Parts: sequence; C-alpha cells; structure tokens
Amino acid sequence: MRIVVCLKPVPDTAARIKVHKDGTRVDPEGVKFVLGPYDARTIAKAIELRGAAGGGNEVVAISAGAASGEAEAKKRIKDALALGADRGVFIADPTPENRDPLATAKALAAAIKGLDGFDLVFCGRQAVDDQALSVGPMLATLLGVPCVTDAVGMEVQGSTARVRRAAEGRTEVVEVQLPAVITGQRDLADEQYPKLKEILAAGKKPIADFKFDWPATPAYHVVSLSPPPEPIAGKIVGKGPEAVPELFKLLQSEAKVLTF
Amino acid sequence: MSDREPFFTEQHDMFRAMVRQFVETELAPHAEEWEEAELFPREVFKKAGDAGLLGINYDEAYGGTGLDYWYTVIRTEEYVRSRCAGVNMALLVQSDMATPIIHDLGTEEQKQEFLVPAIKGDKIAALGVSEPGAGSDVVSLRTTARRDGGDYVINGSKTFITNGTRADFITLIVKTDPDKTHQGVSVVLVPGDAPGLTVGRKLKKLGNKASDTAELHFDNVRIPQRYLVGEEGHGFYYLMHNFQGERLVAAIGAVAGAQQLIEDALKYGEQRQAFGKPIIKFQTWRHEFAQHLTEVEAARRLAYFAADLFGRKVPCVREVSMAKLFCAELANKVADRCLQFHGGWGYMDEYTVSRAWRDARLVTIGGGTSEVMREIISKLSF
Ligand SMILES: Cc1cc2nc3c(=O)[nH]c(=O)nc-3n(C[C@H](O)[C@H](O)[C@H](O)COP(=O)(O)OP(=O)(O)OC[C@H]3O[C@@H](n4cnc5c(N)ncnc54)[C@H](O)[C@@H]3O)c2cc1C
Repeated sequence: MRIVVCLKPVPDTAARIKVHKDGTRVDPEGVKFVLGPYDARTIAKAIELRGAAGGGNEVVAISAGAASGEAEAKKRIKDALALGADRGVFIADPTPENRDPLATAKALAAAIKGLDGFDLVFCGRQAVDDQALSVGPMLATLLGVPCVTDAVGMEVQGSTARVRRAAEGRTEVVEVQLPAVITGQRDLADEQYPKLKEILAAGKKPIADFKFDWPATPAYHVVSLSPPPEPIAGKIVGKGPEAVPELFKLLQSEAKVLTF
Repeated sequence: MSDREPFFTEQHDMFRAMVRQFVETELAPHAEEWEEAELFPREVFKKAGDAGLLGINYDEAYGGTGLDYWYTVIRTEEYVRSRCAGVNMALLVQSDMATPIIHDLGTEEQKQEFLVPAIKGDKIAALGVSEPGAGSDVVSLRTTARRDGGDYVINGSKTFITNGTRADFITLIVKTDPDKTHQGVSVVLVPGDAPGLTVGRKLKKLGNKASDTAELHFDNVRIPQRYLVGEEGHGFYYLMHNFQGERLVAAIGAVAGAQQLIEDALKYGEQRQAFGKPIIKFQTWRHEFAQHLTEVEAARRLAYFAADLFGRKVPCVREVSMAKLFCAELANKVADRCLQFHGGWGYMDEYTVSRAWRDARLVTIGGGTSEVMREIISKLSF
C-alpha cells in the first residue's frame, strides 16, 4: 500500500502575524512555521495504517511550494520523515505569491501521478492559515478518485476504507473504494512526537524534487489582506446562573457565535 | 542552525522541537498532580527512554545514540518547560548522574545488566554519595564495602538520595579502605532488592516535591565483586569527573529555568494593572528585567562555554564549577525577583512562580554547594 500525505508549513499559532508590504499576503519574515495540526494527525494515521516500515508499504510526504520558502517546507517534510514517513517529495514554487488552491492541487496531483500508483492520499481538512478547505476535494477531482472529507477515524480492509466523518451534529460512517483522498480532522489520530532515533534516521531518508510548471496566472488572487479588528473589550453580564439567559441572548444576537 | 547559535544544526533544532513536544505532552500536564502526590509514575522513565532522552551521549551498542553534548544541553533546557523541577531532576539523575560512570568504566557485564535497562527506562537508577555526616566532604564518607570471599559486604547509610525509594540499582560510593582518605574510595553497583538494603525515610522537602528523596540503610548488604566499577580505590577520581556532568546539567537547567521565569513574568506584567497601567510599564521593573535578561544571557554563555569544553573532552573543572556557581546563584535571584513582581499572587500557588522559587533553592546546594564551587575555583586559580 502506498499512502501519500500532503502537508503544508503553517505559521505557529503563537506567531505574530503581519501583513506583507504588498498588502496581499502574510509576511513570512520572522514567522516560525510548523506542521499544521491536521497534517500532524494525517501523518500519524498514515503511519498507523502502513504498519511497520518495509514490506512494500510506504508513506510518502509531499509538500508543494510554500509561502514559508523551500528550506522551511523541506524541514516540515523532514518532520514527517522523523514521524515515520518513508520518503519525501518537494515541489518548488518560484512564485508563491501567485498561488491559489487549484494551482496547489494541480501540482500535488502531478507529483502523485508520477508515483507509480497510490492507494490513499491524505490532506488536512484545512491549512490553518489560509483556511481555503479546497485542496483535498480539488485534488481528488484531478486524480479522478473519490474524496471523503472531515475524517475522524478510519480503518482499511483490502481495497476498501471505512471512514468515520464528522457531519453536523452526528458522525457518519462511510465506505469508500480505494484509491481515494481523505481529508482529516483533529480526531483522526493522536498527534505523535518523534523519537530521537527516528530524527537521526530521517536525516538519511530521501526528499526528491519534483518539477512542476506552475500556471503563470492564478485562477484567483487575493486583492487585499487586512488583520482582524482589535478585539473588543469584554463585558460582565451578571453573576451566577441568573446571568445565563442574558449571556445566551447576547451570544446569539450580539456576538453571533451561537447560530441556533 | 542559526547565525546566532552556531552550535545547533538543523537536526539539533528538530530534536529541540521533539523534546518540547515530549515535555508538553508527557510531563507538563501532570506537574500539579505529581507535586501533590510527591511522586510521579514509573512509566515516565520508560517514556523518556523510548523517546531516546536517557542515552543521548551513550554508545549505540548499549541503546544510546552517541550524539554530541549539545543534544544534552538542548534536552536539559527543554525539560524546564515541565515546570516541575522534581521530575526533571529524577530524569537527570537517571541519565547524567548515576550512569555515566558505568558507561565510561563499567565492564560489559555491568553495562548489560545496569546501563542498557537504564537507557531504556526499564530500570531506575540512583546515585548514592551523600551521607548523614558527609556531603561536601566526600572523603569523610563512612559507608564501607569490605571484601569477604568473592563478595563485598556493605554497611552504612546514605541520605538525600534522589530516586532512592524505588531505585532498581544504586551507583554507590563507598570506602573499600576506611583507613585511607581519597585512595580508600570506590564505586560499586547495588541492586535495589539486595537483602539488607532498606529505605529508611522518604524525606519531606521544600521543593522538587515530585521527586522522591530517600535515606538508605545498608546492613551487611552482600554484592559480588564483579559489581565493583573500575578499579578499587579510584572512586574519588571517578566521582570528581562524574560531578562535572552533574554540575553542568544543573547549570544549564538553572539558566533555562531563569529565562522561562522571566518570560512568564513579562506576560504576567502585561496583564496585571496597577495605577492605571500594566505593571511591566513601570520603569523600575523594565530596567530590572533588562538587567536580569542581560545576566541570564551572560550565564548562558558561560554554561555554553563549559558545555563546549566538556563535549570536546577538554579539561574544564574550573569552567564547569564557575558555570554551576554563577547560574545557580542567578537562578535564585531571578526566581526571587520574579516572585516579587507577582506581588501577593507570587506567594500563592496559583502561579507557578512560587513553585519555581522553592525549586530553585536546591541548585546552589545539590551536586556541590556554591561555597564548594568557590573553593574549587580558587584552588584551581591561585
Ligand atoms: C533535593 C536533594 C536531592 C539530592 N540528591 C542527591 C542524590 O541523588 N545523591 C546524593 O549523593 N546526594 C544528593 N543530594 C545531596 C547534595 O549533593 C548535598 O546536599 C550537597 O552536596 C551538600 O552536602 P551536605 O548537605 O552534606 O552539606 P554540608 O556539606 O554539610 O554543608 C553545609 C554547609 O557548609 C558549607 N561548606 C561545606 N564545606 C565547605 C567548605 N570547604 N568551604 C566553605 N563552606 C563549606 C556548605 O557550602 C554548606 O553551606 C541531594 C540533596 C538535595 C537537597
């Protein structure tokens, strides 16, 4: 079985994000990039499904370009290798500012098609920075395989995967014929940390460079980017259980975080 | 690797991220609970062993990774994020205090029996030097190991022994010749279940509460002579060498702890208001923290200097002693001032600064007191 894990370096949630001076993207300068939380889970799940390394099964970690730059992206591939992936593929992107999700999906699809077959492709449900939630489904379309989104658990038997997915207010269990693309939620697997010996071994695992002709113009482009508004000051509604109805009302009508 | 820290390669950085994740997942969430219980679960040793944290510099043949000393520096720095000095100390005793002598001087048989399981985290190790009547003055220790046929028979008491209540073996410093001073000292390995070995008391203490600290009594404890490490009568020199690694990790941990205390305090100072502004806006505190940051940076450079020499096996007793002295004293000063910065909240257990303040108190005492460090430095300098 060949399992592909697509991953993207994203800014550490603790990082202070600044808008780049061109006004359309995050300034990568001084930002610490990490493996996204969803990617960390899909890697863990892929390793679990592969079982022990060798025996014809492998996990391939792929990353396509990145706002973070090549060195950071390769470091995140190395993170995946240290967690147990067998090899990496990196798709350089000389003009990351031109990128949109469709272009990324095309690049990944090209690299995956070059792999001599695959059974499963994992993407995180979203990259926590851009939150486009599109690469996984687009990639499935380009590869001509089914896509199951928001997986919170899964098993594989033969060429069928049984996937639990988080639907609104319920869990759905679906069966899908492999090959397929699965996008993972946080609950898909527990995040793992590598062992020291695996970090040392990762240094010896190969990362291949895949060349892709990126579209000269993006299918869509960001016109402007603005930081979120300053948080508004908190408000004490009352004390104790009596305050709950009022709080509930305000959360619905003012803060609009409750939509029911 | 960064231009600023040429010692650390990309692989070192990966290792740092990994230890951080280990500490944040396996240790930090349990700090309160373990402090309360005055012990932490045995499996923590196993988890640290599995992660590869207990044999960083040891030979691969025994389950270690044979890496350079900077990995040990990183691991020790990252441990402080547990905010639980007790568990950190217990793990450091296992990897950097009780086992280096076995790794460097032990027989193949001793390594298989004690070192290999210690690196895996299957056996808990303790180092038995201090006695009720002899701490700084190691040479006056009174625990004896007398030859009897093919065995040694051990009598005496040890105290303040970290991991002592549940150690699977003790790297024990004894007098094989009580009439001699330095030349009478030897190192032996004693299985924790040896008949005649009893744990007297689990000692109550000011800080580092999550770790157990025991009194051990040896009443005609019989061990085979093959458990002698290195040569008989050379133990004092082995121990002095062993102290260097112990003091170095103490120094490195002290600096990292001080750095973390400052960072925590600065965050607190942005939120806590007095007289209409965050307390960190008061110039008196701004300047004081600038001073602490400067001193912590200086301390770290001294510790890194000593670590570099130690890692390259260049003689460095003087530098290690200086680092232990300076970093330990500084950690106490910083802890005290950070507590002050928290006002009354600093005195409460709501914030970790009160625990850090109590824990820091140990570093100027354990593994050789500041006074002893000054004595060593003066002897080696003039
Ligand atoms: C929490 C904790 C854990 C410990 N874990 C271990 C362990 O695992 N294994 C182990 O063997 N030991 C352990 N120790 C013991 C520790 O190493 C000793 O406490 C330390 O070496 C000091 O010895 P002492 O307590 O006997 O003090 P003493 O030697 O009695 O010192 C008392 C005072 O006299 C001063 N003094 C002594 N000699 C001189 C001198 N020459 N010049 C000037 N002043 C001097 C000291 O600086 C100190 O202020 C631990 C201690 C603690 C508190």
